Amino acid sequence: MNTDAILWALAVAAVLAAVVGSALGWAASHIRPDDDPLVARIDALLPQTQCGQCQFAGCRPYATAIAAGAADINRCPPGGEHTVRAIATLLDRPVCPPDPAYGVTKRPQVAWIDEERCIGCARCLPACPVDAIVGASRQMHTVIAAQCTGCELCLPPCPVDCIELRPAGPAVGNARRVA
Amino acid sequence: MTQLLLLALGASLVNNFVLSNFLGLCPFVGVSRRFEAAAGMALATLFVLTIASGLSFALWQWVLVPLGMEYLRTLGFILLIAGVVQFTEIMVRATSPLLHQLLGIFLPLITTNCAVLGVALLNVERQHGLLESLVFGASAGAGFGIALLLFTALRERLALADVPAAFRGTPVALVTAGLMALAFMGFAGLGTR
Repeated sequence: MNTDAILWALAVAAVLAAVVGSALGWAASHIRPDDDPLVARIDALLPQTQCGQCQFAGCRPYATAIAAGAADINRCPPGGEHTVRAIATLLDRPVCPPDPAYGVTKRPQVAWIDEERCIGCARCLPACPVDAIVGASRQMHTVIAAQCTGCELCLPPCPVDCIELRPAGPAVGNARRVA
Repeated sequence: MTQLLLLALGASLVNNFVLSNFLGLCPFVGVSRRFEAAAGMALATLFVLTIASGLSFALWQWVLVPLGMEYLRTLGFILLIAGVVQFTEIMVRATSPLLHQLLGIFLPLITTNCAVLGVALLNVERQHGLLESLVFGASAGAGFGIALLLFTALRERLALADVPAAFRGTPVALVTAGLMALAFMGFAGLGTR
């Protein structure tokens, strides 16, 4: 073993590393991940009520539409002016008032089930976008207040109208994210 | 052909990399809590193992042996494996962000999955050709996947079982893995290689 052999081994290892590295670099720049960081940043500003009042399936699809320029930024009633202003700042767009066509801004609220009247039909369970209702067929249901976003999507399916919305406490559910 | 079939059978069942050679135990225990993650891990490892065994054969046969630098094989193979794993991560992130989130740190950790390096080194030691190397790598990956998926299914059931307090979590998982290894010894009658 002399110095030459060591240098050759080093050279071979270095060439190998360079080949692997440049192949990776090429792959990283040519295979683009789908997740647009802008979508994630807009999504973070939305209230995550998943209420669908913007006519999209949830907050993330709406964020995707905003990022693609397919939707206005004022379609989020639960977020209200606060959210419009935050998104306008992020995207450097003019602030516009929330569009009343998609609903009006309400105070943060949570659903509450009148357990006396609940018949345990379980129809409100699949309607809840955040799985905040616990219960099973012929069992009384109740709402996990900390998970509830107050989206009102559980109201239409209830056959006995035993769900009502009550103002949320300061530290509950969406109140934390909207305020 | 028969020989290739025997090779595949040997690497995937008889000498299962996890349960009889005890290689790749880290992801075997780490990613076996949820079936979706385990399935993703099994597929990613299969992919990495197949590609890495082909590439390491090429490196060995056409670079290291002609240059007389067989002693560089460990370093060279690790470099190649790290590259392939990184490539897999880029692919997974581009095609399935959800899977990328589920696998988390275990995806880059395939680099240190000793089964991958083990396959590359065993290919050299047993003087496999290119096709044999690929078959050996793929069937080792399939064997790893089979063991991981079976183990995950068992653990998902165990999570609901009433396990004595002293055995909860990892201890009972390791006992399960031991019993699985015993069961896999039954494949020894299939003919060895």
